[in-house]
Amino acid sequence: MKLFTAKPGEGYSPYTCTAALAQGSTATRLSALIMGFGSFACGQTAKGLLYLAAELAYIAFMVRYGLHNLAMLITLGTVEQQEVWDEAQQVYLYVQGDQSVLLLLYGVATVLITVLAFLVWRGSLKSAYKAECLKKEGARLNTFREDLATLLDENLHRLLMTPPMVFITALTILPLIFMICMAFTNYSKIDNHLVLFDWVGLDNFFALFDSNSILGSTFGSVLVWTLVWAVFATFSNYIFGMILALIINRPDTRCKGFWRFCFVLSSAVPMFVSLLIMRTMLQPNGAVNVLLRSLGLIGATESLPFFTDPTWARVTVIVINIWVGVPYTLMQLTGVLQNIPAELYDAAKVDGAGPVRTFFSITLPYMLYVTTPYLISAFTGNVNNFNVIYLLSGGDPVVDLGSTAGSTDLLVTWLYKLTIDKQYYNIGAVVGIMTFIILSIGALFTYRRSKSYKEEGGF
Amino acid sequence: MKDKQKSAKAIRRRTNIIVHMILAILAAIWVFPVLWVIMTSFRGERGSYVSTFFPQTYTLDNYVRLFTDTTILNFPQMFMNTLIIAICSCILSSFYVLSASFCLSRMRFRMRKPYMNMAMILGLFPGFMSMVAVYFILKAVGLTEGSLIRLALILCYSGGAALGFQICKGFFDTMPMALDEAARIDGCTRWQIFTKITLPLSKPVIVYTVLTAFIGPWVDFIFAKVICRANSDQYTVAIGLWKMLEKEYIDSWYTSFAAGAVLISIPIAILFLKLQKYYVDGMSGAVKG
Repeated sequence: MKLFTAKPGEGYSPYTCTAALAQGSTATRLSALIMGFGSFACGQTAKGLLYLAAELAYIAFMVRYGLHNLAMLITLGTVEQQEVWDEAQQVYLYVQGDQSVLLLLYGVATVLITVLAFLVWRGSLKSAYKAECLKKEGARLNTFREDLATLLDENLHRLLMTPPMVFITALTILPLIFMICMAFTNYSKIDNHLVLFDWVGLDNFFALFDSNSILGSTFGSVLVWTLVWAVFATFSNYIFGMILALIINRPDTRCKGFWRFCFVLSSAVPMFVSLLIMRTMLQPNGAVNVLLRSLGLIGATESLPFFTDPTWARVTVIVINIWVGVPYTLMQLTGVLQNIPAELYDAAKVDGAGPVRTFFSITLPYMLYVTTPYLISAFTGNVNNFNVIYLLSGGDPVVDLGSTAGSTDLLVTWLYKLTIDKQYYNIGAVVGIMTFIILSIGALFTYRRSKSYKEEGGF
Repeated sequence: MKDKQKSAKAIRRRTNIIVHMILAILAAIWVFPVLWVIMTSFRGERGSYVSTFFPQTYTLDNYVRLFTDTTILNFPQMFMNTLIIAICSCILSSFYVLSASFCLSRMRFRMRKPYMNMAMILGLFPGFMSMVAVYFILKAVGLTEGSLIRLALILCYSGGAALGFQICKGFFDTMPMALDEAARIDGCTRWQIFTKITLPLSKPVIVYTVLTAFIGPWVDFIFAKVICRANSDQYTVAIGLWKMLEKEYIDSWYTSFAAGAVLISIPIAILFLKLQKYYVDGMSGAVKG
């Protein structure tokens, strides 16, 4: 829990909820039941009315929808869609049954709204207690107008952070909780649970880890390939980018700007465009094969199996990732290289170190020191690298027809296939959670050790 | 002695020639696909499979067709859709990013650290894992029909923007706190500090934030695809280009795809090359010391 508790000193206030309940006056304690009561007692009518309105709105919502939503969250719906023969119109009428997806969504949303209401409740308690204490000390209380004015000054963060937080909650946190919940249900095309589904506990996780089943073996092979891919993609880009940056930065190299421009040009083209182009170029009758044929390197009817042979496909995506990624690495590493103090090199020269020795004793350690955070984020990015795989190979070729993943599928592209194409939402959610766990183990471990985290917290 | 110097010079020359040749070959590999697309966009022969490397006839028809043939794939409309979405989401998300970064960098409040940790944790989930759920939410609110899809896409692109505050916050962090303190002594509220001091001093990072937010909708296609589904009148450019390479269209639309790709790439490439400078400036900080 240390992650989510604030450091003492950062916005610390003596007016806490427990203090309000333990030491507050009757009016303050009554605000725990009737929100805004304490504010009324201290003459802050507008504030009190706002709190009261919030409480009434929440109660009205809970009575009208909320309690039903929470109750449905337990069963996720039981009523199936039914056909009823309508005598008068002589047709079958469909009676809408329960839709578990919507019930789950509404349930999760209700829980979030309840959390929000709890925060408002705490706010009302605190503000009542604060007003009471200030009144006792004989200090002047802020009027509502002055309270609003603080929103532009010491409480500016409330004004500025609220709109982004609302959107983050609605469009990032709510969907994530929703998806995580799906991992514990049987929401899937298997056995036709697309309309009505139920909680199944950890069954999906067991299914994924059962190495005898086809799902389990697919998970194993996709996981291994994802890690292999992430390691190769990260380090091949890093090493190749570094070599290129060193060559271009050599004092004897002419037209440095021109060479850099050539490489940067390719990264200026939007990535999905260049990936689609690459894909068409590497088709059996694409530009590369045509070029090789006209040069006579392969026969007139032959073509290299870039995306049809598993091993070829894997090598191809890694090589093309180098093409896509090296310009970015080049840009970043050039800046780092130019920042290495020249005195270090001069001193090395005086001491008689050759270029190889200089590289391994000065350039490489310095680069590694500066770019470790970059390497970590590149690794994370590569595990989640949807674009390159999906747009290039689409996960193909599929070797084992029974499995749902091809031989270049990463966990993320497999997740996409499972949810969008196959509609195995529950398994997809489990795969997503597994990806998260793998990434967070690595990331938390390294982030927390890194200097920047210790100095500034967070990053 | 002279001989030795001469031979050292010769060796240096030889390595220089080799290095430049390697660079030339590599540069050719990197530039080749770009050139190939530009050539394809002017190619007279239709179809994706060619037997010759260079086009046999050159034409501008591919570009003309892109804007006149609107029966199957309405490129002008896709372009307008994307433009509207890009402008709106760019305004919204720049506002979110700038205000969140300002708060996190210049103010100390209780939720500050929890917020930053939350952003880091959310960043570790696969981005589109929640995509299906986002679709259900937007559907429950009724934003997945007709022209409301545009609003839905704007919300999607700008919704999580405030989680990407790192670069902008890093920039604000480099501004000396003394500036803020001086302004406070002179009676500025924090809002005035934000609008009158911090923002005017942060041009590089504002440009960077605005441009990256603007480019987003042009190059994303996964979100757009899931949310637009079959509503072809709401497609963005990225889905349009993707569609042109589908099996049923590729033969007649392939050269137009190249033309569209060139058209989209030119402005983005220009923005990108401009942005590079601001990116470097944005990384290195605002007011020194």
